[in-house]
Amino acid sequence: MEAIDSKDKKATILLMGLRRSGKSSICKVVFHNMQPLDTLYLESTSKPTTETFTSLIDLAVMELPGQLSLFEPSLYDSEKIFASIGALIYVIDSQDEYLSALQNLAVIINYAYKINPKLHIEVLIHKIDGLSEDFRLDTQRDIMQRVGDDLLDYGLEGVQVSFYLTSIFDHSVYEAFSRIVQKLVVELPQLENLLDLVMQYSGFDKVFLFDVNSKIYVATDSSPVDIQTYEVCAEFIDVTIDLDGLYEQSEEASRPTKCVSRLQSGSVLYLHRMIRGLALVAISSFGKDDPRAENPNVKNAISIIDHNVNVFKKSLETMWEGSRIR
Amino acid sequence: MAGSSRKKLLLMGRSGSGKSSMRSIIFSNYSAFDTRRLGATIDVEHSNLRFLNNMTLNLWDCGGQDIFMENFLNNSSNASSANNIFTKCEVLIHVFDVESKEVSKDIEIFQRVLKNLHQFSPEVKVFILVHKMDLIQVNKRQELFDIMMSKLQEIANEYSFKLTGFATSIWDESLYKAWSSIVCSLIPNISLYEQHLLKFNDVLNAKEIILFEKTTFLVISSTNRLISMNREDLDPKRFEKISNIIKTYKQSVNKIRTNFTNLLVNGLNSSIYLDVLTSNIYIMIIMDHSKDFDQDLGVRIDDQNLILENVKVARKLFERIEASGR
Ligand SMILES: Nc1nc2c(ncn2[C@@H]2O[C@H](COP(=O)(O)OP(=O)(O)OP(=O)(O)O)[C@@H](O)[C@H]2O)c(=O)[nH]1
Ligand SMILES: Nc1nc2c(ncn2[C@@H]2O[C@H](COP(=O)(O)OP(=O)(O)O)[C@@H](O)[C@H]2O)c(=O)[nH]1
Ligand SMILES: [Mg+2]
Repeated sequence: MEAIDSKDKKATILLMGLRRSGKSSICKVVFHNMQPLDTLYLESTSKPTTETFTSLIDLAVMELPGQLSLFEPSLYDSEKIFASIGALIYVIDSQDEYLSALQNLAVIINYAYKINPKLHIEVLIHKIDGLSEDFRLDTQRDIMQRVGDDLLDYGLEGVQVSFYLTSIFDHSVYEAFSRIVQKLVVELPQLENLLDLVMQYSGFDKVFLFDVNSKIYVATDSSPVDIQTYEVCAEFIDVTIDLDGLYEQSEEASRPTKCVSRLQSGSVLYLHRMIRGLALVAISSFGKDDPRAENPNVKNAISIIDHNVNVFKKSLETMWEGSRIR
Repeated sequence: MAGSSRKKLLLMGRSGSGKSSMRSIIFSNYSAFDTRRLGATIDVEHSNLRFLNNMTLNLWDCGGQDIFMENFLNNSSNASSANNIFTKCEVLIHVFDVESKEVSKDIEIFQRVLKNLHQFSPEVKVFILVHKMDLIQVNKRQELFDIMMSKLQEIANEYSFKLTGFATSIWDESLYKAWSSIVCSLIPNISLYEQHLLKFNDVLNAKEIILFEKTTFLVISSTNRLISMNREDLDPKRFEKISNIIKTYKQSVNKIRTNFTNLLVNGLNSSIYLDVLTSNIYIMIIMDHSKDFDQDLGVRIDDQNLILENVKVARKLFERIEASGR
């Protein structure tokens, strides 16, 4: 376990929750591209497992099995764990009776906060695919209310807890992970600034920096994220990788380097490979009065974009070099 | 004249064998998962699909429950009866559930269907889909398929029909392969497409060129230029996979209420171009730029704009071919 701010090492996210709340499923779907339906056959987890992925920093997600008591001293040095992690994700099964989960959560927060007050506490209200649209919000409200009350009882009213509605059957779980991961990237403000610049000079509507494997976005420009746009960009990565894979002879390492797709709406989907398994994916719409819209191949516009994105890639390299220095 | 381009396809088989599922996937953009929502088909569901320029596929999805089947089979005593579904058929697609518990009943129905077609549409082309193959262990599939086909061919001999069989499943690419063959059997000038595609590739020297019908993404024709290149290198299931990938892409951009017009994927050793060829056909060109292309010429033949120009030229030609077909 390492401390979050020594950047040469991994930042760790701890994943907790009661049994069958969906922790392993989340890991398998997000980090191993498992089909959501196949998670039905997952065995119960009995020992901690760790998944790693990349952003500007290396990240690890460690899953603690739900049936083990956290405070069983022979099993974990829980104090050490909590002192070293950057974020705690707690998964609640929203389709199940969740009162005992909330009790468990309050105990954990109380414990963790005392050891590591800088810890980000993130709650996934999970399996919401089984709830109706209205009921989702009711459930979220109820859970937030109860957690708030519990924290008050512990005298922890100042503690920040973030809530996310998630399901492995849509992109909500990726979106949640993306937001959680971003809080751990120290360089995020600079990255966002750079992406804002790229966006401004390239005529993008939205730009994401993705970890290609997991489809978690490690940064985006400062405009709000619309889930549909995110999904289209994330799926674009898969489409291009799948097509490319059919014709590339060499084994793994080869991934599409640059992809452009024009849409009927006048928008363009754009993917450009960056360093460290990251890719920039953007969507732009050349409005009606934009001179670039007249060129059917958007040739010039694309060369300008290429140029800007290459400049961004250089900055990213520099930033990464910098971030590795102890 | 209009009538001559209208092709009647009968889709038959016992209830639950998967007829409506495959129709919805191939023609209505359902995902395999969506098909679980389908109810049993009552009587006949008609769909009319424009296919290429002047062809209408008139698909009759016939409800497979016994009452409906008996009704179809008994109403056919009178050739002129409006209830006789067996007249003027171009194609029969008979679907068998590979896990069916009532094989002899399935076969009996098949035999009665053939008997009727022999009488009312003796020229009909008969396709057999041995369906839901995903439920069978991989190493047993071929044997099972062969047994099934030889049994059915025996029955068909009685009515002098030659069967074409496919093992299919909605959970993999096999469904596209089967339907591509079915639909290609209906295109009278299919050889023209092949000839001209070959000529076109004399100019481009692409690794591969594929034509897809636009709404279904079924493969119409393809050519594969580099004879020196080992064909074994290429995935034998790539066409079906491409259909699947592109349909997924289409559904993806649908979320932002648009469709794609083209797609360019630059990989390490190859580039893939997908573009509109005619109003009914997409073209996909795969260029190999691992070696020997830029050497003699000094220019890169796979320059994006050059390819797009070539596609423009080819467009005129293929529009004429399309217009000539009936
Ligand atoms: N495992 C598996 N299930 C399939 C496959 N194709 C279809 N199914 C399922 O089979 C069920 C019945 O499919 P339908 O398409 O409604 O069957 P049908 O032949 O139209 O039935 P009728 O309309 O009553 O004649 C659905 O739940 C499908 O999801 C397949 O290839 N594999
Ligand atoms: N409906 C639904 N079920 C889910 C979701 N995520 C996980 N599950 C199911 O919940 C069950 C328990 O998941 P598992 O990952 O083993 O839980 P763990 O004990 O916390 O690791 C499995 O049957 C999963 O298929 C979800 O988002 N929606
Ligand atoms: Mg049906």
